[in-house]
Amino acid sequence: MVLQLSSQEIAERTSAVVEELAQLEGPLLPILHAVQQEFGFVPAGALPVIAEGLNLSRAEVHGVMSFYHDFREKPAGRHVVKVCRAEACQSMGGDAVAERMRERLGVDWHETTADGNVTLEPVFCLGLCACAPAAMVDERLVGRVDEARAVALLAEVGA
Amino acid sequence: MRIFVPRDAAARALGADAVAAEIEAQARQRGVDVEIVRNGSRGMVWLEPLVEIDGAAGRLAFGPMDVADVAGLFEASENHPKALGPTDELDWMKRQTRLTFARCGVVDPLSLADYEAHGGLAGLRRAIGMTGAEIVEEVTESGLRGRGGAGFPTGIKWKTVAGADAPQKYIVCNADEGDSGTFADRMLMEGDPFTLIEGMAIAGLAVGATKGYVYLRSEYPDAIEVMSEAVRIARQERMLGGSVLGSAHAFDMEIRVGAGAYVCGEETSLLNSLEGKRGVVRAKPPLPALEGFLGRPTVVNNVISLASVPVILERGAAFYRDFGMGRSRGTIPLQIAGNVARGGLFEVAFGLSLAEIVDEIAGGTASGRPVKAVQVGGPLGAYFPRELFDTPFGYEDYAAQDGLIGHAGLVVFDDTVDMLSQARFAMEFCAIESCGKCTPCRIGAVRGVETVDRIARGDRPDEQIVLLKDLCETMKAGSLCALGGFTPYPVVSALTHFPQDFTPRPLAEAAE
Repeated sequence: MVLQLSSQEIAERTSAVVEELAQLEGPLLPILHAVQQEFGFVPAGALPVIAEGLNLSRAEVHGVMSFYHDFREKPAGRHVVKVCRAEACQSMGGDAVAERMRERLGVDWHETTADGNVTLEPVFCLGLCACAPAAMVDERLVGRVDEARAVALLAEVGA
Repeated sequence: MRIFVPRDAAARALGADAVAAEIEAQARQRGVDVEIVRNGSRGMVWLEPLVEIDGAAGRLAFGPMDVADVAGLFEASENHPKALGPTDELDWMKRQTRLTFARCGVVDPLSLADYEAHGGLAGLRRAIGMTGAEIVEEVTESGLRGRGGAGFPTGIKWKTVAGADAPQKYIVCNADEGDSGTFADRMLMEGDPFTLIEGMAIAGLAVGATKGYVYLRSEYPDAIEVMSEAVRIARQERMLGGSVLGSAHAFDMEIRVGAGAYVCGEETSLLNSLEGKRGVVRAKPPLPALEGFLGRPTVVNNVISLASVPVILERGAAFYRDFGMGRSRGTIPLQIAGNVARGGLFEVAFGLSLAEIVDEIAGGTASGRPVKAVQVGGPLGAYFPRELFDTPFGYEDYAAQDGLIGHAGLVVFDDTVDMLSQARFAMEFCAIESCGKCTPCRIGAVRGVETVDRIARGDRPDEQIVLLKDLCETMKAGSLCALGGFTPYPVVSALTHFPQDFTPRPLAEAAE
């Protein structure tokens, strides 16, 4: 796991990312994505390094990071399960599927199971509206998820 | 033998990768020489994974395919239980007018040669021989309007940018397709990415912009992958770069990934996000056409608007304009979603009635129950009851019914839907996604949820309904962008057309 990162390591690796992307027009989002890719989340210690590299205040960088749902302040579980909560999925019983997953994992939205295995996240539309309800398990998209399928998907990731 | 297995995200979500792997394994086992092409989707999502075999008689379709169905493809495939016949002869395909999606599902998405063989680059070649003003005139004449939802005439927007004097101008493609029920942008980017690139290059020539950005939502990993690869190929083949197709024009572009904020589909928040800021809405004026990305003149167009430009340049403005009705010209890719027997993408001239779309094309609900409501235009679109199913599909016609066509996504609900819950969800969604700039949106949406909850509890419901309508008026008039401004559409339409769902619920009360 990435929990044992030293602040020096965070600073060095963030610095490398900033150096690579700083010349883009509007570099902050690409940098935040790359930092999250690097560590699995955006460590607090990365923010001052980004701020310094882009000549922004630390508050500005924090403001941007916290505006977007994608960026995490702490690591996610080993698996991330995203469940679509939008209307097309609702029309096909998505609410019941979502409820089943929550119940099965014993966590609420944006939470991680106590064993650090699965993080459950809501998502508003995966563009799979003609084969709803939809979910995403790590990088894999799944359509027509009913309650039984939901349980099977969780079982596949050991939950 | 050439076999097509879609790489479209919906096909993959229904098992296309496993089917492709099984085809490969079976072919190896049987010693048959097979070339598997991972194409885009034909749009018949209820038949995905839809496998096609390229034979002497054209392409034959099989679907929905399961791994167990693969072996049969190598035997007497005409008697295959999943055989559907020639793809182009299927009713769903024959009834469409595919202009923007002509190549989607047909070509190999990442073969520029295939793209060109199917009519690609003809529009860009013609544009290279024209002046910027002539290109703008052609697009204006075609009657093309913003397909992202706002419906602003594309040619007029381009003219403003073309007329602005600046050292650098930009083309920004809005690919932040966040509306539930919509997937046309995704399907096009995954199935025919060069069409979008060509449309952006033509836009660049028209207004004098040399740089483009596609702002693509992070929820679309497949589209990000295909678009990034297509841009790389286009650059390598000199479709992009310092000399577009060998001409004196320069145009290049980048793919930028969003970060999960619905409001960034609004053009000014998108620009802020692209600049690396919080995705907060900007007041207009200044128009993005004059002060857009980094304060420079910028065309911001939806994927489908830009992807419709190549065919307009290739076939001429009059050809495109002859489809449609009234001020809604050309074709619109309907995205039929939710509780439907046959869901998918159906490109057709404007003008179909909702009844034709829902009952005939979609074949009614998947559950077999009666249709109760159709939400048209995403989370900010109105719910239509059956009484309004004769409304023809067009910008003005939907506006006249207090609705909007938005990005042309339709979500069908059967009679088990509770419209009070849907109204509550509209407010809840607005509260989650509000950028926070306008008070009626930021606070109003929260108060909206509370008010709907009081109606459900039977806490002075008549007063609450008056309050809710008043709140909707305030949100509509007092929000800068469509998020706060249009959230009232689903709420008010639910209240107006389904008042029976807004009566207190005795059972829930008894349980308390």
